[in-house]
Amino acid sequence: MISIRNLTFSRGNRKIFDNISMQIMPHKITAIMGPSGTGKTTLLKLIGGQLKPDSGTILVNDQEIHQLSRRALYELRKKMGMLFQSGALLSDMSVYDNIAFPIREHTKLTKSMIRTVVLMKLNAVGLRGARDLMPSELSGGMARRIAMARALALDPEMILYDEPFTGQDPISLAVLVKLIKTLNQTLHLTSIVVSHDVEETASIADYIYLMSEGKIVGQGSPEELTQSDSEWVQQFMQGQADGPVPFHYPADDFSEELFAL
Amino acid sequence: MIIFFQHIGQACLKSIEKLGRASLFFIAIISSIGYVLLRPNLLIKQLFSVGVLTFWLIAISGLFVGMVLGLQGVYTLSTFGAESSLGIMVAASLVRELGPVVGALLFAGRAGSALTAEIGLMKATEQLSGMEMMAIDPLKYIIAPRFFAGFISLPLLVAIFSAMGIIGGYLAGVELLHVDSGAYWSQMQASIDFDADIVNGMIKSIIFAWLVSWIALFEGYDAVPTSAGISRATTRTVVNSSFAILIFDFLLTALMFGVA
Ligand SMILES: Nc1ncnc2c1ncn2[C@@H]1O[C@H](COP(=O)(O)OP(=O)(O)O)[C@@H](O)[C@H]1O
Ligand SMILES: [Mg+2]
Repeated sequence: MISIRNLTFSRGNRKIFDNISMQIMPHKITAIMGPSGTGKTTLLKLIGGQLKPDSGTILVNDQEIHQLSRRALYELRKKMGMLFQSGALLSDMSVYDNIAFPIREHTKLTKSMIRTVVLMKLNAVGLRGARDLMPSELSGGMARRIAMARALALDPEMILYDEPFTGQDPISLAVLVKLIKTLNQTLHLTSIVVSHDVEETASIADYIYLMSEGKIVGQGSPEELTQSDSEWVQQFMQGQADGPVPFHYPADDFSEELFAL
Repeated sequence: MIIFFQHIGQACLKSIEKLGRASLFFIAIISSIGYVLLRPNLLIKQLFSVGVLTFWLIAISGLFVGMVLGLQGVYTLSTFGAESSLGIMVAASLVRELGPVVGALLFAGRAGSALTAEIGLMKATEQLSGMEMMAIDPLKYIIAPRFFAGFISLPLLVAIFSAMGIIGGYLAGVELLHVDSGAYWSQMQASIDFDADIVNGMIKSIIFAWLVSWIALFEGYDAVPTSAGISRATTRTVVNSSFAILIFDFLLTALMFGVA
């Protein structure tokens, strides 16, 4: 459903992606993991057509996303829900209006039908009672669930989650993990979860890509990865401070620097 | 030395590039006019926050500027024994110059900076990106209504500024310093020319409205999406709008009244 071929993308002189290829399987949860700053958010923006690759192609539903006309791109985006790291709720609208917004803009449903759809989406994330709150009145976990409801508003075929677990308390975390799993199963979505939270992501992902410094350093099912004999994969999956990825940012010798005066 | 020229060259290229982006931005706004006309409630909401909320600032400033003009006018004119011409002096300076210029400067400070900060913050919190991913064009939905609201409000606010100024001049000159009330109004009526004064003043205010709304929205849209970036963009809006207003005022005045 989504396939990435030989993608290269740079910011300034830095290659964020160096000739990577990925295959996202339909109706499964695919996780893309890697340390902060590897370009996970950038990858989602490339898939959504907000950034253009230097070379390589991204096919979504067999359409090459960067060759599409603006109109065709917008049509395709209606089938693509995206959950931003910050939630990205519109701050001058209530929760209800935030979810109704894409429906009002893209469909000709009547007021009462919109109401039904919005309440269904809110119910799916367990926040039907929060419909009259403003985004500023929501906790971080609630905001993310509302953003999820909004991403589902147009009944997309695929959904992209950017760091859904970061900065959540243990209860919200459990709720979000469960939600992503159940939504994927009940709605037959194709899900991409971008994250650096190993445990949570591994518990729901069907397939994981591990990224580091512009390359894919490991891939497979969660079980395969935990069995992997790559040191890098082991360090990341088990969260060790030092290993192939050094604890220290490249620097001169410490003792020399201390006594340099 | 070569490095110095390199820097100048780079700065020039950067500004030309920015002007190019700003022009494309403006074309996108103009081509969204149909979208805005189909959704009048978006425009009305912005007319309220851009226009109505600036009303009191404009009205009160206009009144005081007019009162100062009244006091200074009587002081200057009385040396020639020409106090009776106070009405012309007050009205002409307001309608031709002070109304459009001071009105636009106040508007840039109040509404322009607020627009930049609002758009910049929406960018920083990914609200604009989020909208794009929902297949809704933020240029149409967010930017265009704000632009047209600014474009419509400022000329009206300028008219209010001038009207309040004329009342202020009356209060100071006639009520306080006892210039003849009949002379104040009748001389004004006889000498202010509709085309030369009022229409020209309106043209100025329309051009300033375009400049300020465009600069404010573009700076917000182009802001580096961090708190420091937004604060710099807001400052740039006020500074660049003020320069643009004063430079264009000179050019327009030269075209309208001066250099034949
Ligand atoms: N707008 C931008 N301009 C320049 N560099 C950027 C921009 N956005 C992100 N980057 C850089 O690209 C790299 C990848 O960023 P990002 O995709 O946000 O990483 P992640 O989501 O994996 O933490 C980072 O090094 C970041 O500094
Ligand atoms: Mg990120």
